[in-house]
Amino acid sequence: MAVRLCRVQVASAYPITPQSPVSETLARLVESGELATEFVDVESEHSAMAVVSASSLVGARSFTATSSQGLAYMHEMLHWTAGARLPVVMACVNRAVGAPWSILNDQQDSISQRDTGWMQMYARDNQEILDTIIQAFKIAESVYVPVMVCYDGFVLSHTNMPVDIPSQADVDAFLPPYKPQYVIDAADPRTYNAVTLANPRRDASGLMRQGYMEFRQQLHEALESAHDRIKQVDQEFAAVFGRSHGGMAWGYSLDDAEIAMVTMGSLGMEATVAVDRLRQRGCKAGVLGIRAFRPFPKGEVIELLRSAKTAVVFEKDISYGSEGAVCSELKAALYGSQARIPVHGYIVGLGGRDVKARELEAVVEGLTGAGAMDGRQNGKPRWLSLG
Amino acid sequence: MIADRMSKQKVHEIRWHGRGGQGAVTAAHALAEAAFVEGWVGVTSVPAFGAERRGMPVSASTRFSPQVIRTYSQIELPDVVVVLDESLLDDPSVTEGLKRDGWLIVNSALSPERLQVSGDFNIAAVDAARVSAEMGLLSGGSPLVNTAILGAFSRVTGLVSMPSIEAALRRRFNNSASDTNVNAARLTHQRTILNPRSNGETGEPRTGEYLRVSGYCR
Repeated sequence: MAVRLCRVQVASAYPITPQSPVSETLARLVESGELATEFVDVESEHSAMAVVSASSLVGARSFTATSSQGLAYMHEMLHWTAGARLPVVMACVNRAVGAPWSILNDQQDSISQRDTGWMQMYARDNQEILDTIIQAFKIAESVYVPVMVCYDGFVLSHTNMPVDIPSQADVDAFLPPYKPQYVIDAADPRTYNAVTLANPRRDASGLMRQGYMEFRQQLHEALESAHDRIKQVDQEFAAVFGRSHGGMAWGYSLDDAEIAMVTMGSLGMEATVAVDRLRQRGCKAGVLGIRAFRPFPKGEVIELLRSAKTAVVFEKDISYGSEGAVCSELKAALYGSQARIPVHGYIVGLGGRDVKARELEAVVEGLTGAGAMDGRQNGKPRWLSLG
Repeated sequence: MIADRMSKQKVHEIRWHGRGGQGAVTAAHALAEAAFVEGWVGVTSVPAFGAERRGMPVSASTRFSPQVIRTYSQIELPDVVVVLDESLLDDPSVTEGLKRDGWLIVNSALSPERLQVSGDFNIAAVDAARVSAEMGLLSGGSPLVNTAILGAFSRVTGLVSMPSIEAALRRRFNNSASDTNVNAARLTHQRTILNPRSNGETGEPRTGEYLRVSGYCR
């Protein structure tokens, strides 16, 4: 649906659970003529990313979707797409990565692609998935960096819920056709992404060319500049469609919260239920939802946690031998800020393990006692609901 | 009377149990659509996550609420459990967590009193398979009960009206198939037999049933 609304010109995808309904629906709509997108059948995710990189290079608005091992298989091409500054948008339907095999949900797949140069945004319900894909094209095409729109496999991908579908006219006005700065054109042959050397140098025609490191710095700066762009696009979206999703990060009952639950993706919604019940019992809890993981909302996190005395991160990923990725990010964001609060890290919901609001409540209540401040745990994560 | 008991001011959680191929997942989605048509603000439906094979026990769930639903975790304490295949009642996990004032709705030729079920909840039964067979709603020679039983859900709970269920079914099926499905749901609605808990035994289940269930080891 978002693909149609965004008038995507080229899509390519290889089916993988739980992404399969996306590629099946795209293929069916193209076949029936309801979708005027060129859909390219491929034999693998690596090829799917190669196809959408190439189509983006010739100036076409391009989309793909994958999950888990499929995303892992794309890894090489993810670097290439971001490095070539191609504004591709990809849906990542979050699923655990084998071994051992699991088709169920966690966020280890996209977290494992953190340093490929892609932006990453996480949606908390199905309305936000649709809206974020529309926003993502606008963001990507303004800073020339691809965007991964991540959402929890099964938990969101296979849950039916009411979604407000914006009108085509409104989306057209919000998202005009992609006008690339440079395209590959047979009538005007040029070389893109030529070999670079360690240092800048003059090419055969005497022009000064950048070294590899300058390209890297520019990619980094593009992601940093996307920070404001993501917020701005969300505000513009709200002005047209009446819905804001919080830009870089969102808060729930954080204004006077003493303990903040920090989450990413659909878990944030479950956490708001936990907060409502905790507040009925007089526990001042709130939720901080990370919407953009790359670039990371450092300033927003510090601002949103201004009243918090403790933060507890619940996340569906683990950096083996260290801690959860969000936990590390949060600690790094708070370092040197005024917010000198303990950060507790909980690993939850790996491989589809159900995470219930009452479990989150129990953790928060356990942390609000006398032990809250000694809970720094030397950076060791705790694991929720292990068998 | 029964409709009054099931309030429209709260969240309702419905768990579906069937066997692969019986359409429990479709039923969960169709009920969600009907609830949306009915005007419930928050509506979700979802299959139980896992491998599905024809004949294997499968489950699905539907939630609806006057507010937007923010919980996506699995249902622990359902208000209604709908069972498409009564042989599944041997598994205690099917009625696990069903609330005391909740309803168990079973596709069965037996009356609620004669169903071999123990538990402190209300029971309704309807021979939806017979209705579907009469209507010619067959799949691979077996009656397809998943849409017919929506009529029983409406009758028992009053939470989603028959016009809403019919609208959802007409959206889902083309003309002739939608008539058949709608008629099956209507007939099932009429034939459902309700056995509220207060009319039957309350408290401890009968001994024989209790032994039979407790002897079942999961």
